[in-house]
Amino acid sequence: MNDHKKPTLNRRGFLAGTAAFAAVGGLMPVQTLAQSSEKLRIGMMLPATGTFATLGDAVIRGFKQCVDENGGKFAGRELEFFHVDDESNPSKAPENVNRLIQRDKVDLLVGTVHSGVALAMSRVVRATDTPWMIPVSMSNEFTGALCAPNVFRTGFTTWQTNYPMGKILVDAGYKKIVHLSWNYLTAQENLAGFKAGLEAAGGKLFKDLWVPFPSVEFQAMLTELASIKPDVVVAWFPGASAVKWFKDYAAAGLRNIPMYGNGHLTEGILHATNGEAEGVHTVFPYADGLDNPKDKAFRAGYMKRYNAVADTNSVTGYDSAQLFKAGLEAVKGDIKNKKGLIAGMEAARIDSPRGQWTLSKAHNPIQDFYLRKVVGKENRVVRVAAKALADPATGCKMV
Amino acid sequence: MDITIFFIQLLNSLQYGLVLFLVASGLTLIFGIMGIINLAHGSFYMLGAWLAWWLTGKIGSFAVAIAAGIVITVVVGMVLERLIIRRFYNRDHLYQVLVTYGLILVFEELRSVFWGNDVQSVKVPAVFDYSIALTEQLSYSVYRLFTTLFCVAVAIALYLLIKHTKLGMTIRAGASNRQMVQSLGINISFLYMMVFAMGVGLAAFAGLINAPISSVYPNMGGQVMIMSFVVVVIGGIGSVKGAFVASLLIGLAETFGQLFIPTMAGMTVYVLMAAVLLWRPQGLFQQA
Repeated sequence: MNDHKKPTLNRRGFLAGTAAFAAVGGLMPVQTLAQSSEKLRIGMMLPATGTFATLGDAVIRGFKQCVDENGGKFAGRELEFFHVDDESNPSKAPENVNRLIQRDKVDLLVGTVHSGVALAMSRVVRATDTPWMIPVSMSNEFTGALCAPNVFRTGFTTWQTNYPMGKILVDAGYKKIVHLSWNYLTAQENLAGFKAGLEAAGGKLFKDLWVPFPSVEFQAMLTELASIKPDVVVAWFPGASAVKWFKDYAAAGLRNIPMYGNGHLTEGILHATNGEAEGVHTVFPYADGLDNPKDKAFRAGYMKRYNAVADTNSVTGYDSAQLFKAGLEAVKGDIKNKKGLIAGMEAARIDSPRGQWTLSKAHNPIQDFYLRKVVGKENRVVRVAAKALADPATGCKMV
Repeated sequence: MDITIFFIQLLNSLQYGLVLFLVASGLTLIFGIMGIINLAHGSFYMLGAWLAWWLTGKIGSFAVAIAAGIVITVVVGMVLERLIIRRFYNRDHLYQVLVTYGLILVFEELRSVFWGNDVQSVKVPAVFDYSIALTEQLSYSVYRLFTTLFCVAVAIALYLLIKHTKLGMTIRAGASNRQMVQSLGINISFLYMMVFAMGVGLAAFAGLINAPISSVYPNMGGQVMIMSFVVVVIGGIGSVKGAFVASLLIGLAETFGQLFIPTMAGMTVYVLMAAVLLWRPQGLFQQA
């Protein structure tokens, strides 16, 4: 391959290209600025492409449903949306979040899914007074060590959705308990939350097994499981990987070993399974068949608007809008009154499709968690697993 | 670990390694013979899997879907070679990386536009849709065994093609000395198109046949592409034999890495690569 010509990068061409790029990029803010008047500016920094695109989409849909239900206005003020695709790429996050805060001057920032991106957002946002709502990312630290007066979570933490599982397993009489997951940060947080709950209920973890992230070659660990023969498996593989996990688990003949997990294990993927996940139990703050009037209305509206079934992410998107509305109403639409806005949100009782919730001192929802069971293509509610569960907010100075 | 479990884990390694070989053999051919760094190789794996899902839905038969999928992707490969790849043979690797990276984005976007961003699954064909018991607790999917056999068959076919046919002879010659092949009057542009189409076909075939096991989802080519490059680096650029040995080694490293050093299993494959590079910088089977 030594015969290849190696043309050097032409400097003039490079400059011309850069100039053209800057010119095209520079046009856009002028347009968006021209449209704005007294509208409230909502910055949506969520994934629109890649593996998490459907999650980002659900959050936006939920948020906009709440806006529509209120005739497009919160506390008498119209809303205007600024969308950024964060691509689930942490290295682009500081630039993206600065664009929304500095250039678009948003009054509220909503995002995101990927914890690495959320961490970068956190660094920027904590140096400003722009209110920020986290609808999906579960990492404990945003309402723990990194908590701040303008940082709010509308979803839930890894601790919250894993802690109740320990007591459930102990009560069911399981002794030999094995945890199996990808080896990366969120999974380690999951395990820590689960272990805390398990030990508090008097149980003990027999073994934790790991699959290297993001490999979906499960055979080695399935063989290992078969040789351990545990009473119950607690597993966590989110999204598309879970479909393969359930299929491999079934094909390996392991379905006589019951499986539990936090709700992400079975969220948004059951349509792609053919009964392999039937009977799997999960813990989550939302479920199918909750049967409260708020949820029924929400789901009917969502189906009508988007021709899609609402999921947990649409609910947390919807609640982000509800929380913002509550804050705005407390200050009668005066967005400049940041202190009043925050106090209004802190005092709010949100009537959510998942059930009522309030914010903890660390700005994390105190909410019910449900035990759910896969029936067909649904995560049917079995019972409330933990009533009004608050995250311990370890390391938060506001508590 | 008792001896039965040990042999089952060996089987797991073998099965994973063979699927990897199917994808990586195409990459090593394209790289070794054409000198093209094809980052879009994983996209053809992705394309194969999505075609398996889409065509099975349309036609109803998985076997027909596989045949049709191979034809479609081979044609796509030929067209790409003619229209785009051909213009980059004499350019620096940087340009090849840029254009093939661009192709990844184009393929992912097209997939998103036509097929959406959801996760999908392909049903295992009814004939193979059962498991056989290996131990009292563990079963093994018959379809998984079937794909393993199929991969072995493809590996043998590739071996025969390369060692015992005229095309194979030209491919081997092209891999070791391109100028000489050209000056002997062999139609190198036809050879290149065949090699590229064959590489694309192999990756897509891996995607097609693996779709019922792997499920079908956005960006599924990424991880496969990275592992394929590791295979090519360990095995030696352009060596199909090297790719075969490297794939099996990676299968072993990944499986037993998870068992013996569970918290650092993600590293085993790369440690293996580093060790091979220190020992033989040109890869295990590079005919230098």
